[in-house]
Amino acid sequence: MGFITATADRLTIRNFTEMASLIRTLGASGFRRFATYRQATVAATVTNSVFGLLRTYVMLAVSAAATAVGATAAGYTGPQLVLYVWAGQGLIGVVMLWGWTDLADRVRSGDVVIDLLRPVDPVFAFLAADFGRAAYAMLTRFAVPMVTGALIFDMYLPHRPATYPLFLVSVVLATVVCFACRFLANATCYWLLDYRGVGMAWAVFSGLCGGLFFPIRFLPDWAAALLWFGTPGPSLLQAPLDVLTERDGWPVQLGMLGVQAAWAVLLLWLCRVVQRRAERKLVVQGG
Amino acid sequence: MNIIEAYDLRKEFDIRVRAGRFKRERRTVAAVAGVDLVVQRGEMLGYLGPNGAGKSTTLKMLTGVLHPSGGRVSVCGLAPVPQRTTLARRIGVVFGQRSQLWWDLPLRDSFELLRHIYRVPAAEHAARLRRCRDLLDLDAFLDIPVRQLSLGQRMRGELTAALLHGPQILFLDEPTIGLDVVSKQAVRGFLAELGAKGDTTIVLTTHDLADIERLCRRIVVIDHGRVVHDGTIEALHARYGSQRRLVAELDEVPATLPDLPGVRLESAEGGRLTFAVDRTAPIGTLVSQLTATGVLRDLSVTEPEIETVIARLYRHTPAPR
Repeated sequence: MGFITATADRLTIRNFTEMASLIRTLGASGFRRFATYRQATVAATVTNSVFGLLRTYVMLAVSAAATAVGATAAGYTGPQLVLYVWAGQGLIGVVMLWGWTDLADRVRSGDVVIDLLRPVDPVFAFLAADFGRAAYAMLTRFAVPMVTGALIFDMYLPHRPATYPLFLVSVVLATVVCFACRFLANATCYWLLDYRGVGMAWAVFSGLCGGLFFPIRFLPDWAAALLWFGTPGPSLLQAPLDVLTERDGWPVQLGMLGVQAAWAVLLLWLCRVVQRRAERKLVVQGG
Repeated sequence: MNIIEAYDLRKEFDIRVRAGRFKRERRTVAAVAGVDLVVQRGEMLGYLGPNGAGKSTTLKMLTGVLHPSGGRVSVCGLAPVPQRTTLARRIGVVFGQRSQLWWDLPLRDSFELLRHIYRVPAAEHAARLRRCRDLLDLDAFLDIPVRQLSLGQRMRGELTAALLHGPQILFLDEPTIGLDVVSKQAVRGFLAELGAKGDTTIVLTTHDLADIERLCRRIVVIDHGRVVHDGTIEALHARYGSQRRLVAELDEVPATLPDLPGVRLESAEGGRLTFAVDRTAPIGTLVSQLTATGVLRDLSVTEPEIETVIARLYRHTPAPR
C-alpha cells in the first residue's frame, strides 16, 4: 500500500452517513476530552452545588415574601423556583456559560492554522466537539446538582410528559446558542489578540441576561421582551428552565423553543461570516 | 509534471508603528516579495532562509491559509485559498512548533479522528498506519495521551497524522526542531525512505542544515522575501567558492611544498599542514605530490560545511529598499 491515493475530490456531501459519522466521532472526542479531567468535573460540580444552596435560600425568601402578600414570585411557586435554581446550576456546565477559550487561545498561539488546514469547517468541527462535551456535562455536572437539590429541598417535578423531550430539545438549542456566542466572543481575538476584556463582558452579560442570576420574568414585561427578542441571553438558560418548570402552557413552551431555534440559526450564520472574515485577514502568530 | 507553481508570489502585512507620543503610522512590510517556485511531482525540496525571511509565510500561502497579496499560485492544480478544503485532502502539513494531534486524547484516538475528518476508508487507513507504526516505532506509545508524549514521540505521531490520508505533497516546517540526535535520525530516516519512493513530493523548511544535506537534492534559499538561490547544494558551493580542507600530517616539513592552481596553504603547525582546495582544483595531484615527499604519515579531506556557505549567502543578500 503506497501512501498516495488522495487524488479524487470527495468533498461534496454525497453521503449523510459519512457526515453523521464525522459528527459522532468529533462529538465522542469532545466527550472523551472532558471525561479525562475528572477532578475538574468534581470541583466544578461541588462549586455549582454550593452556589445552588445559596441561591435557593434567596429564591425561597423571595417566594415566601410574595406568598405572604397573596401573590407568586413572577408566576413561579416555591418548588418551581427550587427546580429553576438547581437545573440552572446544572446547566451552567452543560451549555458551558464560562471558561471556553479554546479558539482565542489557538488564535493567540497561532495553532488556529492547524484548524484551517483540515478539510472541515472550523465552526462545524468546534460545534460537533461541543455536543460531546455537553453530553458529558449532562451526565455529570447536570445530574449531580439536580439530585442534590431534590434530596435537600421540596423540588417541583414536571407533570406533563411532553415537557421532558421539550426540555431536552431546549437544552440542545441552548448549547448551540451558547456555543455560537462563545465562538463569536473568542473570534474577536482574530482582531484584538486578547480575549480578557471581551471574556469579562461575556461573563457579565450571560449571567445577567441569561436568567442565571435571577429569572428574566422578574423584570418588567417590556424589559423581558427586549431581552428575549433583542438578545440571545434568555435562550441560554431562561428558555430551558422555563420549559422545565412548566410555568407556562405548551404553546408558550414551543414559542420559546422557536425563539431559541431562530437565535441558533442566526448566530451560527454569524459565526460562519465572522470566521470567513477572520480567515481573510488572518495573520498567523509566531511565524 | 509540476505539482507546485508559484510566480511572483507576494505577501504584504500592514503594521502600525509609533510615530510620536499619540501618533501611529501604518507601514507595509513585505514578508514575501515576488517568489517564483516550481516543484516537480516526487521532488524533495529544501526551503531555507534566516528567521523572518518569509519561509513559513510562503508555506502558508501554498497551503491556502494565508491570502497572497499578489502573484499566481497553484498547488496540485488547485488555487490554494479558494479551494483550501479540497486542497487539504491532498496535502499533509507538519509544523514543528504546533500540533495537529488532540492534546488530551491518546495518539490512537487522534489518528481515528483524522480518519473520519479526511474520510479515509478503514482499510486504507489501517494499511498506512501499520506502515508508519513499523517505520516510526509507534506501538510503544499509541495509547498514551499526546500531552504525556516526549517531543520525539510526538513528532513521530505528527508525521503519521500528516500521512494517514495519503497526501500528494508533504509540507514540513522545521520538523526536527528541538529533537535529540536519535529522534532526528529516526525522522530523517523515515523522510528519506518516503522521498526515495518518489510518490510524495516533500517541501522541507528547516534551520537544521543537516536535514537538508541528508534529504534534499535541490534547495531554494530565500532571504528578505526573495529567492536568492535555487539549485543543488553543489551549485551553491560552486557559486560561493566554498573550499574543501586537506589536512596532511608529515614527519617533517619538506623543503618545497606543492604549488598547484586553486590550492592554498592555510596553516602549518609543526608537521601538520592544512590546505584550502578549490572544488575545481586537482586534489589528486596534491595528494600524489604529498605522498612523493616520503614523509606523509596521515591525510584527511573534509567537505565544506553547508552552514558556512549558507551564512555567507545570507550575509551577501542585501535587504530590499
